[in-house]
Amino acid sequence: MNFKKQLKEGLLTNNPVLSQLLGMCSTMAITTTLFNGIGMGLSVTIILICSNVVISLLRKVIPDKIRIAAYIVIIAGFVTMVDLLLKAFLPALSDSLGVFIPLIVVNCIILGRAESYASKNGILASAVDGLTQGIGYTAALVIMCIIRELLGSGTFGKGVFGADGIRILPAQYPALMIILPVGGFLTLGCLIALTQWVNRKLAAREAAKEAAK
Amino acid sequence: MSIFITLFTISLNAILAENFILVKFLGICPFMGVSKKLDTSLGMGFAVVFVMALASAATWAVNEFLLVSLGLEYMQTVVFILVIAALVQFVEMFLQKVMPALYQALGIYLPLITTNCAVLGVALLNIQNGYTFLESVVYGITGGIGFTLAIVLFSSLRERLEDCDCPKAFKGFPLALIAAGLLALSFMGFSGFKVF
Repeated sequence: MNFKKQLKEGLLTNNPVLSQLLGMCSTMAITTTLFNGIGMGLSVTIILICSNVVISLLRKVIPDKIRIAAYIVIIAGFVTMVDLLLKAFLPALSDSLGVFIPLIVVNCIILGRAESYASKNGILASAVDGLTQGIGYTAALVIMCIIRELLGSGTFGKGVFGADGIRILPAQYPALMIILPVGGFLTLGCLIALTQWVNRKLAAREAAKEAAK
Repeated sequence: MSIFITLFTISLNAILAENFILVKFLGICPFMGVSKKLDTSLGMGFAVVFVMALASAATWAVNEFLLVSLGLEYMQTVVFILVIAALVQFVEMFLQKVMPALYQALGIYLPLITTNCAVLGVALLNIQNGYTFLESVVYGITGGIGFTLAIVLFSSLRERLEDCDCPKAFKGFPLALIAAGLLALSFMGFSGFKVF
């Protein structure tokens, strides 16, 4: 097993949000403050690891015909647990993420990994896959949050470093538009374009290396 | 009379001011996935209106008569997704037998709807907003109409994006997202719009 290679895939070449283009609803909806981004990223990572492990354990037991329904029930169980835990211990996060916590059930990243990875691989490999893909998702969310928070409210780390965060731009400059829905589409569009550009450069460099050999 | 006013306000909100896709970010995957052609996006839109209306009614009833009376509200997520999956399966079989023409038209979009977050979203929002049965159904139908409006508008935009000249890295998906952003900007004009 190659952890480093899987991590690189999760973060860049096969990033769930930026390359596979999955799970975009939550990515655009909740990335207005750093606090939301980290909270959502960690919740999804935990659910992804747990569901990958359980589905990998049960992969020989679940009949092929009803596998999608079985996966959804397993995922929904873990989502409910995380939802209740957040309500009990982090009510502020639970309030600001709102309906998007229960909606993790229909987040395509989790079902996608269950179908394409956990149902075919061993327990340990699936857990690592859940972790690396979760890290990739969290990284994408955090980048979105930092950009949108800086341009939209002029602060950094709202909720993480005190209630108002650290002010970087003076209060009269930020463009409110960026933290509204419009900004979500624009920021994600630019980030995906950047990822495609980087991935193409990397592929070209690999090809040049091969040719030099 | 006041019930009509409430229903009218809910409808207007669901279609324009709080559009499911462009303002609430629910159902982005089908919005991006099946908006390449105008007629397929219309088919998807109708399928969503149909399923959202049924899902609102079914989940409201299940919540009221089963979960609340048994004190099992914390099972909402699990039960709702099961109800929606079963409902979609049932609708598929029903249409195949009774209305084969409509079934043909909706085709592959029906099974995809199970994992459309707009459907689970409308079920959860109905409960969160404390809607009555009638309000829930109206919210489901008009939310679906808002979805259809956005996806149809977007697909007509997207047909023109196909052959435009833009930087290579933006080609395809990123450009579509930016176009969707501009569409969302125009829908922002409806926010803060009050009738009464």
